[in-house]
Amino acid sequence: MKTLPAVDAVIVGGGWAGLLMAKELGARTSLSIVVLERGPSRQLSDYSTDMDELDYYIRLRMMQDLSQETVTLRHDATQRALPLRQHGAFLPGAGVGGSGEHWNAQVPRFLPDCFELLSKTTEKYGANALPEDHAVRDWGITYNELEPYYARVDKLLGTSGKAGNLRGKLIEGGNIFEGRRSEEYPTPPTKMPYFSALFRDAAKSLGYHPYPAPSANISQSYINPDGISRGGCTYCGFCGRFGCMVGAKAQPTNLLLPIIQKRKNVSLRTGAWVRRILFDSGPQPAARGVKYIDATGEEIFQPASLVFLASWTFNNTRLLLLSGIGEPYDLSTGRGAVGSNLTHQVSVSSATAFFDQPLNRFMGSGSAGILFSDFDRDDLDRSSLNFIRGGYFAARGYGFQPISNFGVLPNSIKATWGSDWKKAAVSYYDRTATIGFSGEHLAYKANFMDLDPVYNDKLGDPLLRITLDWHDNERKMAEFATPKAVEVARAMGAHEINPFPGLRSYDATRYNSTHIQGGTIMGDSPAHSVVSPYLQHWQLSNLFILGGSTFPQNASANPTPTILAFVYRTADAIIDRYLRHPGPLA
Amino acid sequence: MPRSSVTLRHMRRRHFLTLSTATLGGVLVYSLDRKASLLSAQHKQVRIPLRFFTETDALIIAAAASRIFPSDDTGPGAREAGVAIFIDRQLAGPYGRDRFRYTQPPFEDAPREFGYQGSATPRQIYRDGLKGLQGFHLLAPAAQDEALHKIESTLFFFLLRQNTIEGMFCDPMHGGNADMVGWQLIGFPGPRMSNFDEIDKYYGKAFRPRPMSLRQTTGAKVRPSEDES
Repeated sequence: MKTLPAVDAVIVGGGWAGLLMAKELGARTSLSIVVLERGPSRQLSDYSTDMDELDYYIRLRMMQDLSQETVTLRHDATQRALPLRQHGAFLPGAGVGGSGEHWNAQVPRFLPDCFELLSKTTEKYGANALPEDHAVRDWGITYNELEPYYARVDKLLGTSGKAGNLRGKLIEGGNIFEGRRSEEYPTPPTKMPYFSALFRDAAKSLGYHPYPAPSANISQSYINPDGISRGGCTYCGFCGRFGCMVGAKAQPTNLLLPIIQKRKNVSLRTGAWVRRILFDSGPQPAARGVKYIDATGEEIFQPASLVFLASWTFNNTRLLLLSGIGEPYDLSTGRGAVGSNLTHQVSVSSATAFFDQPLNRFMGSGSAGILFSDFDRDDLDRSSLNFIRGGYFAARGYGFQPISNFGVLPNSIKATWGSDWKKAAVSYYDRTATIGFSGEHLAYKANFMDLDPVYNDKLGDPLLRITLDWHDNERKMAEFATPKAVEVARAMGAHEINPFPGLRSYDATRYNSTHIQGGTIMGDSPAHSVVSPYLQHWQLSNLFILGGSTFPQNASANPTPTILAFVYRTADAIIDRYLRHPGPLA
Repeated sequence: MPRSSVTLRHMRRRHFLTLSTATLGGVLVYSLDRKASLLSAQHKQVRIPLRFFTETDALIIAAAASRIFPSDDTGPGAREAGVAIFIDRQLAGPYGRDRFRYTQPPFEDAPREFGYQGSATPRQIYRDGLKGLQGFHLLAPAAQDEALHKIESTLFFFLLRQNTIEGMFCDPMHGGNADMVGWQLIGFPGPRMSNFDEIDKYYGKAFRPRPMSLRQTTGAKVRPSEDES
């Protein structure tokens, strides 16, 4: 094993979280910083010719190469886990920028009470309001503490939208159920695809409060506080699963990489596959650096004074388990936190609606659309509901492409091939759209991650095993959402509507969302969490863990702004306090 | 056993698929061989070099794809789009040999929710599937439909149907959707740099710009994944 000269900080993972930390520390200090990214390098010019549905949307060119590593899945701890041999329910990216390159750039914030879910729910609805087998926890931080960092994230991304709660004043046309915002969105809402406009009018007619979806595909040109200039979205429709051809979508390669590349104190190594975090135990336990395999196959030790794990939920958790850092979660005793609190999201197409008129749905962006959050609020009357928490409804004009959307037909049509099928599929091709629902996923004792005893990655290290299934609360939530969405679709003028058939067992073949959280959760005490709300490891105080792996449970909203807000807060704490007095921040 | 592309290239007699030029408004543009060539109605036949299939395989796949997505009153189908050529190239490339799938054993049977757990690659699935369709291209359409109904629940048919849709609507650089007949059929314009002026101006009315391929739109020589190793 070759040992490289020590650096001040090593960052594992070159996606949103890792590169934002690299930018903050790199631009505001003289620390020597190395970012290790196992995928390929990427740059904006790669995306000038990527508008090819087959290679990018269907063959998933930007996603992790599962021939090298995947995860195994079982629904409960009595089953034998099997590897997910192809992508399905979630799509983690690979390469510089990570999933932040191919995302849809939907950027709502979490609701204030998400951060105090256990105490607020108990306070409001009693100790029995949460399901018996839940593992819900408070984060150890409040929305108001995080809000200034959310505002910084909006400015970084240039987020387009309309505030619904500006410094406590409720504003019609924005999301009046959102947490208090200190500032208006940096750019106005995006243009609306036809289907989204229909949805807005229908939702309003039913008494809901529709608002333009917060979008990091920006509506007009914008220069962010770092001096990065971007043009507005052209609604080309090649968005999620693609890199942005015009750079209007916020991506690490256009917002963070240009700054990092100018800094002599930051270097980025691609093809670097980190296998272990090395650490000293004893009275002053500390991480020493990381061991990785470089692009040529050589084993390298990179010593560092600060170690950041920013390699997405699965790999953050797996690296702690492989490295023997912290106590792995044990389902039978409830002890140990590493791997606990695995959550996904109740992300479903509640209603697929068929219209008489054409929708021109090839035009759009991954985040141009309308949402309503009347069932995603902390003051919802729950007396008639048989589940807790909620979610938002959405009609987005993603930019629909033919391979992935041809052949979606009303349930009344039974043919799946041949002339009758073709005739119906051609006729319905541009007259079909879905109303989506995105709901919270509670943490449960039985949903967790550990190392698989059978299957290995390309280097022989055990795969991560996920034990995950839906519980009644999610099934009932999805069941509740379906008739609401069907009612809206009817008010939009749909002549036929396919309702969502319901959540059964966790289905790894149906795309859900790439919002998987937990495994290295934050909390207010080391007893049940891995890191503090400063994302600092409770035992190894020079180890920080960034990303959704630190979320105790998932919200209905998309996670990126929350991930980035925490990175900003941690970067500030490191620069303002830790560098002067290394040690616990919390 | 799958033959590697090296073996294919060096040891196999080269196969061609001979297609007759069906008429579509009198003139057809075929971009099947990635050299877009304008063929007038007088050209009766065009020979396409195959990368994976034998000529008989290709005729069977072309016939089956054509029953799945027929050429009929609704418009052109798999035959005009060159779906068999598309599938031939996909199977010859990384997709055909499962370059990006986790293929370590043990392989176990599992409920549908765990996704495909088998060890067979798309190439092997097609080879096995083709064994059950010998002589298929010589049957009458009704007999062909009957033969396909018998295999409807197989993995082979699932792939064939999925690959047929891909070959109908992919960018023409992949060998399918020749002359963008698939895109014209459903009103998809292909990659457009901007819909900024149109997105909120055609509410309820069809906006149908003339389709352009990725190479036409960008002017770049884009390399499709099936040409990569």
